[in-house]
Amino acid sequence: MKVDARAFALPLALIVMAEIGARAHGPSDSLAPPSAIAAAFLEALSDGSLLIATRDTLASAFAGLLVGGAIGLSLGVALGAVPALNRALEAAIELTRPIPSVALVPIALVALGFGYRLEIAIVAYACVWPLLLLTRAAVAGVEPRLIEVARALRLNPLARVVKIVVPAALPRIFVAFRLAAGVALIVAVTVEIAVNPIGLGAGIMTAGQALRPELMLAYLVWIGLVGFALNALLVLAQQRLFGRAAQVAEAP
Amino acid sequence: MTAETATKELGAARLAGADARRGGAGRDALIEFAGVSLAFAGKTVLDKIDLSIAKGEIVCIVGPSGCGKTTALRLASGLLAPSAGAIAFNGAPLQGPRRDVAIVFQDYGKALLPWRTAAGNVSLALEAAGTPRKARPQRIGALLAKVGLPNHADKYPSQMSGGMQQRLQIARCLAQEPIALMMDEPFGALDAMTRQELQDELLDIAAASGATIFFVTHDLEEAIYLGDRVIGLLPHPGRVGIELKIDLPRPRDQVATREAAQFLRLRRELYDFIKSAER
Repeated sequence: MKVDARAFALPLALIVMAEIGARAHGPSDSLAPPSAIAAAFLEALSDGSLLIATRDTLASAFAGLLVGGAIGLSLGVALGAVPALNRALEAAIELTRPIPSVALVPIALVALGFGYRLEIAIVAYACVWPLLLLTRAAVAGVEPRLIEVARALRLNPLARVVKIVVPAALPRIFVAFRLAAGVALIVAVTVEIAVNPIGLGAGIMTAGQALRPELMLAYLVWIGLVGFALNALLVLAQQRLFGRAAQVAEAP
Repeated sequence: MTAETATKELGAARLAGADARRGGAGRDALIEFAGVSLAFAGKTVLDKIDLSIAKGEIVCIVGPSGCGKTTALRLASGLLAPSAGAIAFNGAPLQGPRRDVAIVFQDYGKALLPWRTAAGNVSLALEAAGTPRKARPQRIGALLAKVGLPNHADKYPSQMSGGMQQRLQIARCLAQEPIALMMDEPFGALDAMTRQELQDELLDIAAASGATIFFVTHDLEEAIYLGDRVIGLLPHPGRVGIELKIDLPRPRDQVATREAAQFLRLRRELYDFIKSAER
């Protein structure tokens, strides 16, 4: 990913303007000059609270992503490969899917209490859907000729899935994984803001309640950077892993 | 000759025993269609096909579009089951695709695994057959050499021309050590020069291996050039309309064979049949 140096001109100008504007405005409960935000960021970084919060959020997000992703992936492969199963579960899936993950927080809180388990469960629920839907579509969309080749060679069902279906669907499954990773981070932070007293979301809430807008905004900027880095990492991995397969899949 | 007289002639031949008409009289039948019909959604695609293909024979199927020639091939290879009638393979009922019957698809680009190299694509057939890992590289090398791709083992299909991709698909099919090759317009999408090269290589492979070949094509000259027998199908519903025994000497030659008076006469007969069938 190459970014033109000129692309930084506007953000830099905005930061300078924010600095001038915030200083002119005087003390505030919701805004702070960028210099104060930077100072609060360095402070949170040096006392370790930011890193601990980041660890808690990422650990919950990844654990939830793995659990939910695995469930979504296996269900997606099964439903995509077996139309009868898909028809049987279609209504159940379409009725469950619209329930917002955050709406499960009260129930999960009663069942699981505060902590990692609560957050992982909610993140996992949210991550099931992108993987299930996109994997199902990818598997159902595998070139029918390849399925015939598998039949002609009399590959057993396991070999058919492992050697034909999954590799053919993998580039699209990885896109689903990337989407789910973004969802995982959003949902983890949301759960922390709503109820869970750990992680970056809780960090923002605490800073807000302590009337420290500069620390609140420092957390906000940091969450943005973490999300950006996560996506950049996954895009890079996608290009390294599937560069060729992705090209071929798009070729006529 | 009109299609009607051709059908009558064939009917008479069938009564006399179709086996006796072929050059390889007395050879055992490998594939036998007995009153095979296929209906899709209430529409009859193939209607009461009787057909017998001898071991080692090269049978080419031609016919206007919609006559069900690809369907006939899919039935013969076990990818489809007939709605009525029976198909026997080597004397036993055909139950589905077999490892010793290889299918060469027309759309080679879709029939190869784009994420595997040429060697990997050939390997797929060996993996399916349970060939030990250690024995594979040597087999793969020999097969790629056989189809003229000895230096392309590490290339991906997307890096190969259409002709090379079809050669690769043929190599994968030969990895099955097939006793029969089912070929569905395999050279239809290739340029004329490549097509002739592959025709000759196919005849070499057939001569060397003794494999039976069931070859669907819309190219009448190709059918005559390759075949021991050419079967023309009539459309709506698909049924056998003409059956020509090709007595041209082998090995065949792209120039001499195509100039032979008999070749031209057969071509004329087949051409007239297709024209009357399309009417």
